[in-house]
Amino acid sequence: MQNKFIVSSSPHLHTPDSTGGIMFDVIIALLPATIYGIIIFGYRAALIILVSIVSALLSEFVWNKLTKKENSLYDLSAVVTGLLLALNLPSSLPLWMAAVGSAVAIIIVKQMFGGLGQNFVNPAIAARIVLLVSFPAAMTKFYEPFGEIVSSATPLAAETGAYNVKDLLLGMHAGSIGETSSLLLLIGGIYLILRKVISPAIPCCFIGAVFVFSLILGSDPISAIFSGGLFIGAFFMATDYVTSPAMPWGQIIFGVGCGLLTVIIREFAALPEGVSYAILLMNILVPHINRLTARKPFGTEAANNE
Amino acid sequence: MKNNKYLSFFTNGIIKENPVLRLMLGTCPTLAVTTAAINGIGMGVAATLVLIGSNLVISLLRNIIPDKVRIPAYITIIAGFVTIVQMLVKAFLPAIDASLGIYLPLIVVNCIILGRAEMFASKNPVLPSVLDGLGMGIGFTATLTLMGAIRELIGAGTLLGLPVTVNFINPMIVMLLPPGGFFVFGILVAVSNKLASAKGKKTVDCNSCGNCPMKDSCKIESEVATDAQ
Repeated sequence: MQNKFIVSSSPHLHTPDSTGGIMFDVIIALLPATIYGIIIFGYRAALIILVSIVSALLSEFVWNKLTKKENSLYDLSAVVTGLLLALNLPSSLPLWMAAVGSAVAIIIVKQMFGGLGQNFVNPAIAARIVLLVSFPAAMTKFYEPFGEIVSSATPLAAETGAYNVKDLLLGMHAGSIGETSSLLLLIGGIYLILRKVISPAIPCCFIGAVFVFSLILGSDPISAIFSGGLFIGAFFMATDYVTSPAMPWGQIIFGVGCGLLTVIIREFAALPEGVSYAILLMNILVPHINRLTARKPFGTEAANNE
Repeated sequence: MKNNKYLSFFTNGIIKENPVLRLMLGTCPTLAVTTAAINGIGMGVAATLVLIGSNLVISLLRNIIPDKVRIPAYITIIAGFVTIVQMLVKAFLPAIDASLGIYLPLIVVNCIILGRAEMFASKNPVLPSVLDGLGMGIGFTATLTLMGAIRELIGAGTLLGLPVTVNFINPMIVMLLPPGGFFVFGILVAVSNKLASAKGKKTVDCNSCGNCPMKDSCKIESEVATDAQ
């Protein structure tokens, strides 16, 4: 009889999901785009990805040793950060710059704020922006797929209509290693949604908002959503648990905000691409969005009205 | 014994109560001008001269200035010294003047100077006040020079204008921009807090009013403190 009543402290229900499991799903979802990037941009892309991941793991390891923290390599979050950063870099980037980027992502953006779960912006995005601001020439030197040593403009910087939708979907254009094929990123994103790793609210609102606002401002909405880093940003970076709102309404505000900022930066700023900056800016607003959309416990409103 | 006391007035500002890293004062010029080591030295020396002068005069007048108008009186005295320093820099060091720009006249509202007037010079005799000004000034100059050196080395690959790494690796331009200033400042504060806690000293708190020189005479501070409890 005694064995039937187990006395324990809360929480009594817990999910079998672990950080490592979720991160492993993200890695699987990114694999098609990663492999495709290596195929079209060659061995240089593979080297960048390798260096970026190794540097991320090494930074995490060294930080944990220096601060005498528990080893956190097995939660795979450093691998995801390194991989995401590498997919957002051009394949021509000097390898040491990729290594510096990963170290910035892990040490400055993540660990200095308290490690996984405490970072206030997405480490991979912040690191990409640090690299973009630090090495503007190297960070905007893109290769054509299967190209020789030719640097060229991405579809966003090129003349309108230079690429058709099929090329944009399949990623047959210049760009960062993992951002070119919207189709493969979409497949990865759908996998994450089906596995319930991410909710569709943020990516759908983000991409939808870019579509609508591009249409309003008079540019081609189809190529606007398939070009640049929109799909990788919307599915893999804006959906980071730590730096996106928790409630459904908050996620909608967040997604639409990201889309609006992206279009504004693309159309009016001196930068060709605005996805990273848009996500970074909205990351900073997340605490406010969370406060705004927090559910009020039943009955408190009536009490306030009295 | 007495010498030791005077020595501690002087050394206080250099490490134990370093104005930038321990008192969290003067953050604006710290972040704004430290794009190169030489700017840090220039800003630090200019602020030190003003600090010594204003501490001297405010300490002399501490029993004459009525309590209710002390802040305007301090600001007027400080502005006088800033004007003198600004004219001297403009006349003899035009390059420094150009790189410091608006931050040179803005020494008037540098919280280190008003802070030391309020916290120290208005309560202490002349000699300790001058020594305090000198120590605080050296602490400020040293911190600014260190920050400027770090940002210049990584951001431009040079040190005091001489090429160090610029010929081998691309400098990280972000370190010369505002985010780089915040990175270096944050890391230096973290390191100084770490060293302080390792020695069993109090760490700097992030309460915005906690480090304010006006907190004794300010009503908001006590309300914030009550809220925090």
